Parts: sequence; C-alpha cells; structure tokens
Amino acid sequence: MTAGPTSPATLPPAGLAGLEPQWSRLVKTPGLNGVGRTWHVLDNQVVDATLTLLCVHGNPTWSYLWRDLIALAPSSVRVVAIDQLDMGYSERTGTTRRFEQRIEDLCALTDELDLAGPVVTVGHDWGGPISLGWAERHRSQMAGIVLMNTAVHQPAGSPAPGLIRMIRTRWILEKACVATPTFIRGTMALARPRLDRPIRKAYEAPYRSADRRTAIATFVEDIPLREDHPSRRALDEVAADLDQLAKVPALLLWGPSDPVFSDLYLSDLASRLPGSEIHRFSGSGHLVPEDADVASAVHAWVAQLEHPVAPAAPPSDREPLWAALDRRAANNDVAIVEMGSSGVEASVTFAELDADVRRLAAGLADLGVAKGDRVALLVPPGIDLAASIYACWRMGAVVVVADAGLGARGMGQALASANPAYLIGIPRALAAARTLRWPGVRISTTPLGPARARLLDVRATLDDLRRRGERRPAPPTPTSLDEAAIGFTSGATGPAKGVAYRHHQLQAQRDALVDLYDIRPGDSLVAAFGPFALFGPMMGLPSVVPDMEVTSPGSLTASALAEAVQAVRGTLVFAAPAAMSNIAMTAGEMSPDQAVAMQGVRLLVSAGAPVPAAVLGAVGELMPDAEPHTPYGMTEVLLVADISLNEIEVAGPGNGACVGNPVQGVEVAISALDSEGKATGPLTGDSGVVGEVCIRAAHMREGYDKLWVTQHAASQPAGWHRSGDVGHLDDAGRLWIEGRMQHIVTTSTGPVTPVGIELAVSALPEVAHTAAVGVGPAGTQQLVIVVVPVAGRRFPGLADEHLTDTVRGQVGPADVAAVLTAPSLPVDKRHNSKIDRSRIARWAGRVLAGGRMGRI
Amino acid sequence: MRVLVTGATSLLGRAVATQLRHRGDIVTVFQRRPSGLGVVEHLGDVADRAAVAAAMAGAEAVVHVAARAAVTGSWAKFEETNVRGTQNAIDVAREAGVGRFVHVSSPSVAHGGRSLVGAPAGSADPDRARGHYARSKAQAELVALAANSSALAVVVIRPHLIWGPGDTQLVARIVSRARAGRLVIVGSGASLIDTTYIENAADALVAALDRAPLLGGRALVVTNGQPRPVRELLNRIVIAAGLEPPRLKVPYKVARTGGLAVEWIWEHRGREDDPPMTSFLAEQLGTAHWFDQRETRRALHWEPAVSLAEGFRRLHAWFEAEASGRSIPGPEQSEHSRS
Repeated sequence: MTAGPTSPATLPPAGLAGLEPQWSRLVKTPGLNGVGRTWHVLDNQVVDATLTLLCVHGNPTWSYLWRDLIALAPSSVRVVAIDQLDMGYSERTGTTRRFEQRIEDLCALTDELDLAGPVVTVGHDWGGPISLGWAERHRSQMAGIVLMNTAVHQPAGSPAPGLIRMIRTRWILEKACVATPTFIRGTMALARPRLDRPIRKAYEAPYRSADRRTAIATFVEDIPLREDHPSRRALDEVAADLDQLAKVPALLLWGPSDPVFSDLYLSDLASRLPGSEIHRFSGSGHLVPEDADVASAVHAWVAQLEHPVAPAAPPSDREPLWAALDRRAANNDVAIVEMGSSGVEASVTFAELDADVRRLAAGLADLGVAKGDRVALLVPPGIDLAASIYACWRMGAVVVVADAGLGARGMGQALASANPAYLIGIPRALAAARTLRWPGVRISTTPLGPARARLLDVRATLDDLRRRGERRPAPPTPTSLDEAAIGFTSGATGPAKGVAYRHHQLQAQRDALVDLYDIRPGDSLVAAFGPFALFGPMMGLPSVVPDMEVTSPGSLTASALAEAVQAVRGTLVFAAPAAMSNIAMTAGEMSPDQAVAMQGVRLLVSAGAPVPAAVLGAVGELMPDAEPHTPYGMTEVLLVADISLNEIEVAGPGNGACVGNPVQGVEVAISALDSEGKATGPLTGDSGVVGEVCIRAAHMREGYDKLWVTQHAASQPAGWHRSGDVGHLDDAGRLWIEGRMQHIVTTSTGPVTPVGIELAVSALPEVAHTAAVGVGPAGTQQLVIVVVPVAGRRFPGLADEHLTDTVRGQVGPADVAAVLTAPSLPVDKRHNSKIDRSRIARWAGRVLAGGRMGRI
Repeated sequence: MRVLVTGATSLLGRAVATQLRHRGDIVTVFQRRPSGLGVVEHLGDVADRAAVAAAMAGAEAVVHVAARAAVTGSWAKFEETNVRGTQNAIDVAREAGVGRFVHVSSPSVAHGGRSLVGAPAGSADPDRARGHYARSKAQAELVALAANSSALAVVVIRPHLIWGPGDTQLVARIVSRARAGRLVIVGSGASLIDTTYIENAADALVAALDRAPLLGGRALVVTNGQPRPVRELLNRIVIAAGLEPPRLKVPYKVARTGGLAVEWIWEHRGREDDPPMTSFLAEQLGTAHWFDQRETRRALHWEPAVSLAEGFRRLHAWFEAEASGRSIPGPEQSEHSRS
C-alpha cells in the first residue's frame, strides 16, 4: 500500500443542485487495528422502513448520483447512498483500496448503520460488483438487486473496452485521473443529453484538487484485465457466487450508448441472473441515472416486489404452430407461390415445405442454435422466410422479425435491442448488417462465393443447413410456454419497441383468425400485408405474396394482385391500406381474365392501419363476391375487433372511427380520462366513456423486450394490455377509436380527441387531409386544425377566414384557435398512412407562437 | 352594495357601472368628464386626493378602472395617474372603511417581450414590464396588493385586450389605421392572441367584487379563453367595420426596430398623436399572447358569456348602426382601460 494524501470526511457544501443538506451525515466505522474511517453518506433516515435501498456509486461519481432516488422515495423506503472511501466527501485514507477491501469496507459501514431488514442493492459502474459482493455476504437480507451499466466479468471472446485499456497506460492514468480532472469531465461528457452546468459542477465538487482524486486512478487500475491481477480472484468469486443470488429478483437498467459497458455486458449479466427484468433506455449512455428516469423505474419495481402479481392461469391446449404442416407431410398440393414481375417464379408443395422445415430445424441445431436463442430474419416474404421461421419454431429458437418498414436506422435499433445470436438474411441484408454492425452469426439465404462469404462474414447458407440437417436427428420441440417471436412496433414515437410472444399466444392468434373469418380447407391466402403471409402454412392454406416492393405497400397494382389471386385461386385477400388505395387507382389495368379470377375471392381484409371506407368499397367492387373487412389491432394484440364495410355504413358517423365489435375471446374495456387527459379511471365496459382502450385476450403479447418500465406501465391492471389508443364503446358494444393517447388535446374545458374531428373536417369537399392537434401547455392547450386543401398549397400558411369558418362549422362545440393549411401531412414509414400528429403539433406550436412558417 | 366605479367614461368603466346598476347596486362614478350614465357622479382627477375622498364617501366597495392607457407621453404623466392615482384610491379606501377593492390591471405588468403561450398570471414586476404604461401599471398593482388586509379585500383583475362596440381604443385604432391604409400584418400573422369581449370583462369585475373576501391579495388574468391568430383578429374587426382586410406584411424584426425608432422620435419631439408603429405594438402583433384561464375561472366562478363569434356579430351590427347614424369617434387620450 502506497501512502497517499489524507484528509477527513466532510459534509458537502450547501447549494449543490438537487441535493438536500438534511440527507447528508458522517458515519465512523471502527476499522482494523483501531484505525477508524469516516464516511459521507446520504440517508433519508426513514424509521420503521419496510425496505432499504443501498446505493453504491462507481468511478468517478459519488452519492450525488442517487439524489433523485432519495427525492422520489415513498415514505416507507429508506435510501442509503454511500460515498466510497477516498471518493466523494468520504475520508481520504492515504491507502490503496482494492476491490475486496471495498466490499469489506461496505460491510463494516452497513454494520455501523445497523442496516436490518430487507435490502435492495443498487449499483452503477464499479459500484455494481461491490454491491454484489455485499449482497453475497448478506443473502438472507436480500430483497432485490438493481444494476446499471456495470459488469462482473469480461465476456468470453471479447476484448476489454479500448477506452479502459488506453486510460490504463501508466502516464495517461496519472495525467487523466489525478493530475487533471479529465476523467471526471470525460465521464460527465458521456451524458445524453448534455448535463446542465450546476449538475456537472456538483459531480466535480469533491474532486477539485489532485490530492482528492487519487482514488480515481486506483479504481481504474483495479480493473482486473489480466489473470494475475491482484483483484482478479475476488471479482471471479463475486461472478461465480452470483448463482447463490439466483432466487433474488433483479432489475438491470441499461444505457446502451456506453463506450465501456456495451450490450455485451448486459447480455452477460442477464445470463448470470436468470429471470432478471431488463429495461434498456434507448439513446441513454453510461450515466443512465442522469440520462433516464431510473429513479421512478426503481421505485415502481420495488413497489411491485412488495405486492407480487398472482401468476397467470396456464394457457389452454392448442396444437403447435407447425401442426398443420405435419399433417400435410405427404400432401403434394402447392403450399407457397412466389410471384415476380413475369408471373410465378417459384413454388413449393406442402410435402416439400414440411421436409425442408425439418431439415433446417436439424441444421440450425447442428450449427449450434440452442432452444431460446434468438434468430433475426431479414428475408422478404416467400418460401425461404416461411421455411426458416417454421424451422426456428420447431427447434425452439425465437424469431426476431424486424421488417424493412422500420427503415435502416429503425432496424438497426431494433436489432441492437433484441441482440439476436444469429441472423438469417438475403445478401443485401447481410451487406447492411456488416456495414451497420448488426449483431448475430450470419446465415445467407443464397449460396455465396468464398470471397463474398468471407466479406459478409457468413458462417453458413440455408443450403448448408439443409445438408447438415439431413444427417442429424430432429432436435426436441419447444413447449407452448416457450418464447416464439419478437416483433416490433412501428416506432412512430421514439425507437421501435420489441414485443415478445410465446408459442401459445401465437397459437391463439392463429385460432382467433380462423374463427373470425371462418377459414376452412379449400381457402387460399393472398397476403399483400407482410405479417399475414406467415399464417398460410400455420393454417394449412396455400399462400402467395403478390409481386410488390415489400417496403412500399403502395406499389401493389390491381393486375399484380389479380395475378397472385390467379396463381393460387385465392379466396382470401389481405392488404395494407396504402396497397388498397393503389389497387383502386390501377383497377383499369386488369385484363378480362384477371377480372374473372377476382370473382373467386370471398373475403377482402385491409389490415395494419385505418382505411377510408371509400377505398375499402372501391377495392371491394373488384371482388363482387367478397365482403370487405377491416380488423383493428396492434403489434401487441394483432386482432382486437373487426368490422365489415356494411357495418361501417350501418354505424354511421360518430366521434372517432368505428372499428366494430371485439372479436370472440377478446375483452375490451375503457380506462376513463381525467381532466388532464390521463387514463386514470378503473376499467369499465360502460358505453360512452372516453378513455384508453384496454385489451385482454389469449393471443396478446407476453411483454415488451428489455423494456420493463414500458411493460409495467402497459400492463395495468395485471393481465391487460393498455393499447395507447383512446376511444369509447357504444350502446351496441362497438369500439370507436378516437386517436392515440399522446395526441389527446388537453384543453382547459377537458380532453379533446382528434380522429372524430379529422373525419368530420375531411368530409368537406374542399379538404383532402386533416390533422387535429393541440398547442400550448398540457391542460390549457388550444385546438388547431391543419388541412391539406384539395386545391393544393405550395407552402404552409394560415387559412383564410372563409375556410376557417367552414372548418370551425364542422368541428362542433370544441373551440378551434386556428386553421392552418399545408401542402401535405407527414405520415409514418411502415404503413404510409398514420398521420404524425406529434410532429405537426410541434410545427403548429412554433408557428402560432410567432415563429416562421417553414415546413412541417 | 354601494360601489364607486372610477374611470367610467372608458369602455370597461362604463360597462361595469351599467351592469352593477342593472342588478341593483347603488353606483357612484368618478372621472374627469361627465359619463352620461345617469348615476351619481363626481368629477375629478384620481391624482387629486381630496377629489377621490369626496367621491368615495360612503362607498362599501370600489372598482378602480381609471388609468392612463395612452401609447405615448412622458413617464411623469403615467406615474401621476396610474401609480399616484392608485395610491390615492387605496389610501382613501382604507380611511373610508371600504371593504372591497377591485383593481383593474394588465397582463403586461408581469411579462417582457417574449411569446406567452398558455401563460400563468405571474407577479407584477416593474423592472421587467416594457414601456411606461406597463411599468406604471405594475407599480400600481403592487401598491394595490400591498394594501390587502382582513379589513380591505383587494383583488386585481388583468383583462387582456378588451374590445367591443363603442371601443375607442383597440377597435377604433385598428379601423382608423385600416382606413388610412396603415394597417400591416407583422410576421406571418399567425401568433395566437387572447382578447376579451367587453361584457365578459365587465362580468369578471362584478364576479371579483362579489368574491373579493375570498380572493383578497390575488391577481387574475381575464380573457375570452379563445386565442386567435392576430391576422384573423385584425381581419374580423376590419371586416366588421365594412372595410377590406390589410394586405401589407412586414417582417417582425423590421416592425420592432421601426417601432423603437418611432418611439424615440415621438418621445424627443413630445408628440402626443398616435405613432404608426411602436416596439410594444410590434411585439403585441408579432408574438403569441395567450393565457391559462383555468385558475381565473375557478377563482371567480365566472365564464365568458359572449363568444368571439357572437362578439364580432355584435360589433358588425354596431358599425352598421353607426354608419346609418353618426360617425365613429376616433381615438382619444383620456382615461380608459387598455390591456
């Protein structure tokens, strides 16, 4: 031990942003050989606490990191946040304290604090392993573990973070950590968004001079990068002993944009703490307690530890997802047809598809894919996609379906968050994966030359897997409780969210669709809307995807659709709304033969986003025997309600869009809005109550992937899914959708919902499109209508008095502060039809506050 | 109730005196020139303490509307009427045993030149208020609120941009500018502006008088709660007067800079006529000014009875009646209310 500078512990100076002086206290521990140590500790000193949070900071922060955790603590929770010795305002001991010593120091401190009763440890950075070391020594007290951007082990086959290796260079270590405050300032600079100056100053406050910063360097030096490092054994012990804490609930809160603790370490920790809950704050980084609202997350998590939810009833027995294929193992009817610009390009029979799925399942297992491993599929709808997905399902792998509709950036975020172990892709997707460094061992759908395979880092092709699978016994199949798929929300607000499904939920999904549309043998499926292409083999129906650009549903023409219908003698047509519009517009291009083929269609379904009744009717006319339907649902519950064109007409106009009655097996209830537009009401089935649409069904999602906070908020009460849509039920039990929760206009006279207003204004002959948005502070917002006139506009502007009066006349009792005109309205990428009201609202807010018109 | 209304020749003073009288209060008015309201009247200047004392004798409540609201003029004039006048009224009220005092102020006492978007009332701040009018009204408001006590309940009401038939301020100025071809749209004309129809403002003052014992010491902004783009407001007023809407647009920065220059010239030459543009006016026209009305409505138990649409209909009817009868009065520099 080298002798360094010493100084006693002190209380922090007054006036540090967000820090209350009454939280601070100095605590003396006896220490070895009578050498006492004095600590600075933040402690809300709750008496008779039901639980204590023991918060341990890392390097180079101090207990200030946890101030929000104290400020937001409920009255029954004690929060103790320590300054490690030689750090923050604790004593400068003049000694070098290594990892194991720090765990012992912490144990001595908690003895002195008399920390009895249940404890949840909270650790960030180097505070993570120290808090775990404490936890392993206090197992009987442990009620929970919270970890943020930390590690206990360098994951196998990965180098230590370059940044740490660089700083460890001796002369940089001294210069960056001690002689200058570079390491502190560098850490502060990792915050996203940038920290306010008073907060940066508060972090730097205890480290103003070199003799107060010695421990910053010792901390960095204490990271055991090599086998012979003095702290190596102690850290390995903490990692190895984690299995003794396996029964303790754990919450991992992560900022993925961290140059040191990347997603790699999150995966490592998650595998060591099985059953841990994860929330990955997309866009946040190393200083996740500053970047994101982790304090609310921790307290919400701790609160539900004290009131555990009863486990859900086991799902009813349904047949596996591949059962229909199994039954057709000797059936030589066509199963899947692929269309190209010149007609049928490829096809496969049920017997061939079933054999292919079995071969690929065995081949995946042979490659090393294990049950529960995630496999991303970047493959357009068709034979390869279907074979790969059913192969994954048969052998228990979890498919990750990040569709191209998310855009390259959205797909990258989605894949980074899902973190698949394997990635099956067409060459173009593999090239993108390489350039954009998407995760997963690469599998190519098509054979590649050796040079290209090396370039794209491809481990195997589907044909390789088929060959390997021939020689290998079939791997065991998963149970219906195993995870089956991760899909993604469209991410209209922020990054796409991963949605997890188990096998039984997808089975229920299949059965709900079969029941709803009375699907039976003899039907065949034309899927011009991606997700539905997967249901063909599941239902044992021949299926075809028409020739179209997958990322642009609006590219589907009537004749391409008709050709697909001809190819399988289609009886069921599923299409996205954008495709529907283009089909209606290109109806004239169909040949007489094609027009005849369309007569065989018995059901037309527009799915994915709301569709105008006029468009539905126009396409319906091409299929005289088909009844046009449109289901209402979302990534989290694909099928909630359904309505036919005829029923839309019967329902007539109302406040919102009528989406029909909930389908068989789906419960819909409303959580009423309060005056601030928040859905705080208890669930009710009463008609006329406006609020958040809440759903319960056997086929609803399991949860959100690595988004515990989101999932917790969307699952209130337990077992239900809060959809984020606002609407009401009518006297006939029909559901009306009035918009998204975050698009509610909160006026001083109560919440106003957009969809009904938009439909009424768009009904004006001079108006093509409408958005109803709010400007101003929540609770006192003004309603603003933005219209795209039929006559067109080159630039956005104020509507004239005449148009303003006409629009106001359509809106009804709500006061319209302003009517603006625009050349077009922004819409979402995936569906090309959902209006981006948040963006329009921000623009209108600027313009109506005196800003420049600019562009939306 | 025996109520003294000061400044009863102004649009607001006249309206509130009339309403109080119609519901059976005993109304006395006090201002420099005869009001023609047919109530007991004391003539005089609020800066003259003896005159104020004579008018207030026997009153149980005071609605203090009188103020100097001109666009131009020296600080001394604003200070004399608005600050000293209010001090006199408050002092005399205390001595005379008046129980309720409703002081008419302006939202501009609490705000600088920034856009106000759903803004709360805020505290009066003479250092931040812009221009002689707002600064003197800010001081006056502080004088009034400081006198709030268990014996004298002082409530401050700040109506924003009052207008209506017979308005010699906002409406008359806009119309006379439009007639002269001097009305311009500043910026895009899209800034949202709150206004108050005259009857609603008078209702709010009556409500404040009735609830004064519960609201002592409070300052509340009063508006119609229906902000509109400034261009729409100007157009509707001009159209109500039977004129063509303005076409000329001036960028905000140009208008504001020009306004500053004009103010400097007017102040240095001692001109008392209406300048073509002031920085205050440019700010009023080029930035948003609308307010959170929830607290006001809860506190006063008051809702605007006349919507903007109805107000514009009444304004149009009044202009038509005026056109068929006598001519419209121009702007005047006397006591009146302004926001």
